[in-house]
Formats: sequence, C-alpha cells, structure tokens
Amino acid sequence: MKSVVAENLVKTYRKGAVRALDNLSLDVEEGTVLGVLGPNGAGKTTTVRVLSTLLEPDSGHATVGGIDVIKNPKAVRQIIGLSGQYAAVDETLSGWDNLVMFGQLYHLSASQAKARATELLAQFTLAEAAHRPIKTFSGGMRRRLDLAASLIIRPKVLFLDEPTTGLDPRGRMEMWGVIEGLAREGVTLLLTTQYLEEADQLADDIVVIDQGKVIARGTSDQLKDQVGGERIEIVVAQENLVKAQEVIERVTHGRATVDPGIRRISVPVLDGTQSLIAVIREFDSAGIHALDLALKRPSLDDVFLSLTGHVAEAEIPVDEGKKKGARK
Amino acid sequence: MNGIKDALVITKRQLLQLTRVPEVLIFNTIQPVMFVLLFRYVFGGLGAGIKGGYVQLLMPGIFVQTVTFTLAATAQGLAQDMEKGLIDRFRSLPIARSALVVGRTLGDALLNIVVLVVMGVAGYIVGWRPTSGPLHIFYGFLMLLFFGYALSWAGVFAGLMSKDARVVANVSFLFTFPLTFLSNAFASTTSMPKALQYFAEWNPVSTMVAAARQLFGFHNTFGVTAHSFPSEHPIVASFIYMVLIMAVFIPLSVNRYKNANRR
Repeated sequence: MKSVVAENLVKTYRKGAVRALDNLSLDVEEGTVLGVLGPNGAGKTTTVRVLSTLLEPDSGHATVGGIDVIKNPKAVRQIIGLSGQYAAVDETLSGWDNLVMFGQLYHLSASQAKARATELLAQFTLAEAAHRPIKTFSGGMRRRLDLAASLIIRPKVLFLDEPTTGLDPRGRMEMWGVIEGLAREGVTLLLTTQYLEEADQLADDIVVIDQGKVIARGTSDQLKDQVGGERIEIVVAQENLVKAQEVIERVTHGRATVDPGIRRISVPVLDGTQSLIAVIREFDSAGIHALDLALKRPSLDDVFLSLTGHVAEAEIPVDEGKKKGARK
Repeated sequence: MNGIKDALVITKRQLLQLTRVPEVLIFNTIQPVMFVLLFRYVFGGLGAGIKGGYVQLLMPGIFVQTVTFTLAATAQGLAQDMEKGLIDRFRSLPIARSALVVGRTLGDALLNIVVLVVMGVAGYIVGWRPTSGPLHIFYGFLMLLFFGYALSWAGVFAGLMSKDARVVANVSFLFTFPLTFLSNAFASTTSMPKALQYFAEWNPVSTMVAAARQLFGFHNTFGVTAHSFPSEHPIVASFIYMVLIMAVFIPLSVNRYKNANRR
C-alpha cells in the first residue's frame, strides 16, 4: 500500500515565473524510506510543505495515509510528523517544556504529555539536558529534540526536510542512527537531502529531483549503476600507459578510458576496494609503478551531471546561527 | 472547545517564557514606570490650574501609550516564531488555525494586566488620585485592556507579514510612537498646527485617553477644539475604533496565518 502519493504537483511563484514544482509525482510504499535527493532550490522543501499541508499546490493531487492533503488537511495533520531544516522549537523553553507543550497541542492530557516527553527525551539521549533551555543545546541536540517533537503522537508518516543539513559530522552520524532506528520500527519516512551518501545510507528508494521535476527514481544501487558507480583512477608513467590499461581491464573486466594528456586511466568497478587491491597486486607483479591512485565514488554532482547534463547548483553552506536568508 | 484549549496552551507557553526570561517582564514594567516618573516631574508644570495637577491627566495618557505599544510586542513575538520556523510546526499540528494567534494575544493581554497594575501603583505614589469610584476605575482599566487587545491584532498581522523580528519591532514602534504623541495624551492639542489638530482629534489614542480620563473622573481632555463626535463621545468612539480594528485585522491575520509561508 502506498502511504504517500503525489500526482502532478505544480506550484509556481511570482506569477508563474518560478516553477518550484513542475508536475512532480512520487509515492512512498508503507513502512519504507523514500529519499528525495536534489540540490538547493530543486523543490524538495516545497514538496514536503505540500505533503505536510503547509502549502496548497496550484494544481495536482496528493494523499497521505490515503487522506487528501488539500481537501482534508486537518485529518492529515493527525497522522503526520514534520521536522524541518530548522529546529522549530521554542528556544527560551527547555526541551521538556517544549515536548509537554506540543503534547498538549496534540490533545494529550497533561499527564500523558509529561509521560511521553520523558519517554522521548530518554529515547533521543536528551534526558540529562531535559531541563536546560534549548539555547544551550548543540545543533545536533536541537535537531534531535525537533525530531522528538514530531514523534509525539507516533505518526504514521514522517517528513524530514534535510534532517542533517548544517550539522557537524558527529551530529550527522547521531541523526542517522536515530533515523535508522525509526525506519526499523516501520515508520513510513520521506526525507529530503542534498547528500547522495545520506540517501544511500537511509533510504530504500530514492527519487532525484531537479527544477521541480523528478528526473530519476530507483534504489541507490540502480542510480549508481546509471551514473557508473565507483571508478578507479590511476596515473602512471608514459611508458607504462598501454601495459597498465591492459592489466586494469583484465583485472576489473571493465572498459577503461585513458586520458593520455594527464596519463590517467579510469575504469568503472563494482566492488571498489577489492578491485583496487587486485589492481595494485597485478601492478606489483607486472612491475608497474602507480604515480597516483584513487577510488572515486559517485557524488551528487556525478548523479546530476549524468542525469541532467549540468552540475548541481553551488551549495550555500547553511550555518545554524544565521540560517535565514540562505533560502529563496 | 478544543480551539480555546489550544489557545490557552499557547498562552501558557508565553507565561512560561516569562518565568524563564524574567528580564522581559521586568523591562516591560520598568519602561512605563520610568515614563510616569519622567513626565510627572519634567512636564508637571503643564498642569498649572488643573485640579489635582498634571499627573491626573498624564496617567490616563501613559496608560494608553503603554497598551498601544502592545501592538509592537505582539508583532515581535509572532515575527520571532516566523523567523525560527516555529509557525510551520504549529501549522502542521492538528489544532485550530486561530489557536496560535489567539493564544498570543491573550498572553500579551495578561502581561498588560501586570503592567497596568504596577503603573497604577506608581501613579498613585506620585499623586494620581482617580475620583470616579472603584467601579468606574475598574471599567477604565478594563477598557484600556480591551484597547490593547484590539491593537494586538494589528500586531498579529504585522508580525505574520514579516520575516525579521527586529525589523518588525522597529517598524511597529515607528508607527505607534508618533501615534501616541500626536494625541492629547501628554499635551494640549490646541497648540498643534491645524492639520495635526484634526488628526489628533480623530486619533484612536486620543479618544481612548479621553475615555480613560472620563472613567477615572477627569473631564478635561486636554484641548480638543471642535465639537466632533470622538471628542464629545470618547467612550463610544473608542469602542467603535476597537471593533473596527478587530473587524479588519482578525480576518486578515487568520487568513495570513493560514497561508503563512516563510519564503
């Protein structure tokens, strides 16, 4: 069963001059994680805002849990959780205060709301900081609290809009752990991200969007195959070029491309490190000396280049402190 | 019923904020008390010939000025929620669309009660003596509270229109500050240029000040020239203004909130 369905969503701004969503369609199978991958301005946030009832599309149709988001937004709000790019919690209050308040707004009784707050703070390893004002929290802690706030009613469908943007590597790893936990519990999840690695790690299925349109869809493996997956790149001395290419093609069973100008041989591989080790061994016995060697993983840029023919827009680093204004 | 309950949760949040950042409440009460003292002793001489002295006319003026500034407070509070993205969270909750803004205006009204009481005590200390009896004094304060509440809705709209809390606070202040001075709140309007006199006479702040003076037992409305409706019937005129302000800004605000988009 599909938990989320979006059909031909269109949303324009400035009287049609900007098409934030341009006939966008996607769906999420119940109990799975869909990663929506795209650069800044691709329409990720707009998609989430439409599906979470914050924004009405100009046209198109969407359901969440089988409920129409345009016709019956209030019923949709009963079954969804939303955690945005910004930690949307009251910073002057403590984490506990926030969760109790949101619990009451979900119409839990005072005692239920308190019990749920305690439970969630423990689950997200925030119990110790429960009574500190959010102002004193790290970026990662804020995001976890924001996520906790979106889980108060145990939503059927959870929307996470760039849950790790702006976090340091440690915060990102922690957040990944939390999201993987939710996925294991069977929550249907739609998460947006700018990072292929993140979609790869967390999502069962990925849609790639650009300029308000879905330009590719598949599992992360399928997408990588489309892009060409991992590549080994080796630079050798001029006299070894032909011999090296021969060795590489024999070991990897791939078709190598040679850039004679910089004496670089590049070959797609399936099992990156294994192939790399095999190639080095063969080089050793053949007496070829590699001047430089690298295992390249396809990046978001590669995906974009391969799918759209243009690179992803330059990303504006989102700083937790001065995040406003960074978006359109 | 749930709508009211939701709004009260929001109001409670605001009170909780006050306990976490008590400076807000302290500053909110110190500022009007400072105005009371400054005006009482700097402009005290203006009241020559007024029974009971300038302070009798001044206090209603400062009360009205203070509740007028509620507009800026409400606007700033909501703009902060917009800026931080909190509005999105509230809008994604299964609560009434009106809950957040109603809760906010109620919270600001509660804050006004505290401020008005503190100011009343300060006024009494520096010689303010309302003569109309407890019931009318009570009505006077009640009306001031309503006036602040009505303006609070204009603040809601301003706050929801904005993306930057500091800007909206400054703009609201730039708007309300002249409004409170181009009135009969602190000085006689008769000495103003003709055009300003008309403005001052029809200014809702003036009618509210005149209404408060009347309810506190002082009929001198500080130089209202013509025999216009607002100067003859300040209480009725003030209520008309309040109803008008709310009739305009409540639908505008609720609609704006429904479509609030931080972009």
